[in-house]
Amino acid sequence: MTATRDIHIHVPVLTRVEGEGALELDVVNGEIERLNLRIFEPPRLFEKFVEGYECDQVIDMVARICGICPVAYQMSAVQAFERLFGFEPPDWLVAMRRVMYCGEWLQSHALHIHLLAAPDFLGFDSAIAMARDYPDAVKRGLNLQTLGNDLIGLFGGRSVHPVGVRVGGFYRAPREEDVAPILQRLRDALPATEALVDWTAGLEFPHDEQAFISVALSHPQEYAIGQGNLISGQGLETDISFFDSFFQEHQSPHSTALHATLDGRPYLTGPLARLNLNFHQLPKPVRQVMEGCGIHFPSHNMFHSIVARAIELHFAVFEAIRLLENYEVPQASYTVVTPQEGNAFGCTEAPRGFLWHRYDVDEKGIVRYARIVPPTSQNQGRIEEDIRQSLEKLGLDSPDEAIRLRAEQVIRNYDPCISCATHFLKLKLNRR
Amino acid sequence: MSRQKPKLAVHKFSSCDGCQLALLNLGEPLLQLPALVDIVHFAEAGPSDPAAKVDISLVEGSISTPEDVQRIQQVRENSEILVTVGACATAGGVQALANFANRNDWMSAVYTEPDQIETLQTSNAIADYVKVDWELQGCPINSRQVIGLLRDLLSGVRPREELQPVCMECKRKGLICTLVSLGEPCMGPVTRAGCGALCPAAGRGCYGCYGPAEQVNDASLLQRFSQLGLDRQALARRFHFIVNQAPAFKAAGERLKGGSHDRNA
Ligand code: SF4
Repeated sequence: MTATRDIHIHVPVLTRVEGEGALELDVVNGEIERLNLRIFEPPRLFEKFVEGYECDQVIDMVARICGICPVAYQMSAVQAFERLFGFEPPDWLVAMRRVMYCGEWLQSHALHIHLLAAPDFLGFDSAIAMARDYPDAVKRGLNLQTLGNDLIGLFGGRSVHPVGVRVGGFYRAPREEDVAPILQRLRDALPATEALVDWTAGLEFPHDEQAFISVALSHPQEYAIGQGNLISGQGLETDISFFDSFFQEHQSPHSTALHATLDGRPYLTGPLARLNLNFHQLPKPVRQVMEGCGIHFPSHNMFHSIVARAIELHFAVFEAIRLLENYEVPQASYTVVTPQEGNAFGCTEAPRGFLWHRYDVDEKGIVRYARIVPPTSQNQGRIEEDIRQSLEKLGLDSPDEAIRLRAEQVIRNYDPCISCATHFLKLKLNRR
Repeated sequence: MSRQKPKLAVHKFSSCDGCQLALLNLGEPLLQLPALVDIVHFAEAGPSDPAAKVDISLVEGSISTPEDVQRIQQVRENSEILVTVGACATAGGVQALANFANRNDWMSAVYTEPDQIETLQTSNAIADYVKVDWELQGCPINSRQVIGLLRDLLSGVRPREELQPVCMECKRKGLICTLVSLGEPCMGPVTRAGCGALCPAAGRGCYGCYGPAEQVNDASLLQRFSQLGLDRQALARRFHFIVNQAPAFKAAGERLKGGSHDRNA
């Protein structure tokens, strides 16, 4: 008989990660033999049940994939349909969709930073507990989140599954008297978002530089959110409709999220990837805040993701102010667009990374086939690679609890989204 | 005499997490919640004690795996009052559209190795498995609904159930009728109020995300839809949508489709 010691640790729920997941780790003779991040969110099969529905209905259905980033789902879908139908959104519409999207970045990043990640860095088990010692920081976060939600609500009536987006525009344009108070609140919030960047940059980060490929949308005129080509740090640039020629999706055992790779390798999508690739396009004042914060970008330390998120949050407020400053109600908030048969592709930058959609539509405008590639499943391979490297660096002889905490923290850096793919972390650690 | 604060748990099953956001999106008032209740389990907000005995459990999401079935039974045993929140928990959610189809076929269309994933054939409401004390409708529910319900329950008041259609909310708000005056297909006449006539206020027809009102008259709605140039299938698609398994919507959709679920027709 060999002297085998098996240690099993079960942490039923990884708190403050939106999704369910479990980590299986086998350490043999001090080396990682197997590392599996099991993502398990009961499959909801969205891609199948949108079949047979009208394009505008599908925009409302796919929002239900994720309560935290419904705008991203709506925007990727509406972009796909409009590209197929040959509709070129007018400037007003492009700008206002960007504002609505800024609202989602703002609320989602604020939620992540304050409610999900900061308690980790500061050693609390929840933001509510953290509020006792850091009341101002937590309140700032909640207020920014509310502002983001209200910005979404301006265009969509509510922030979760908003009802404003349709093919050809918005069902209704916001009224000037509703825009003005939000614009004022955005202006008032700008200093707080600047302070937030410094606050996150002042957190203590492990030194953990890793080599990885960043992938993001890129647009010649702006820091890409709602349109652009896909680019990588390794020189890839492609129209989104050729996604399949470069990216592969495969199922890994016991995971309901499909993994994606670029030329067979894991890659990173999300705030840090975007900042690494597109930081030079941030407006000058935002860039100055970034450059003054003490963390250098581009960065290959995933722990800097929280700073990247804060910078993007600051940018979202800055950008929304710029675009709303001379707001006018347009002649018409939408154009009636005639559907056409064909394959539709859409891709936008969700708070957690790029979100790619494909729909095959018939001549009546009914969706016949759909494929959706969300950010979290794209990041899965990268998360596994990262945990492996981070744990080796931490030392595999560390106590189980330290290993679990570090693994959780690494996963949280990616802000994996619940229903987009993942849920809780159970750590099953076998040492032999 | 010392009285302990009531304990609250928030449980998630198959869902988008949007209904939990009714709490997480409260803004600063979220920080006052602990003064009212002791939050012992709310994974997304931090506190994690899924097996705790509590006074009130809020349950989001539908049942779609064998493990879910066991878990909801445990939640029931541990909860004095069990409240289902949102379309997923009360009616299986939009994902219950899979119930109309052969789920196995769908699984193999999405996954190369569907056998590795354990699921039930259907996505079901919580009430199909355990006794439910109160329900909140909506996809998503809003903060007003959930805080109102918690207040009622905590002060021993019997919560009032909303049964009127969205039309009543339009009238209260003085909105012109989307269906009659604007000529947009609107599910307001058959959909339960609670959203504040969100879609009509946004210039579009209601799409039924709060589920069926007390009376669902699909025949007269079909008449109006036909006048707008929409056929039976278009109306059927609107019943078999976000709250497709709520009995009244399910039946109406099936009647319109002529008993079968041929969505390609
Ligand atoms: S009812 Fe709607 S909002 Fe609530 S969890 Fe389900 S899909 Fe999300």
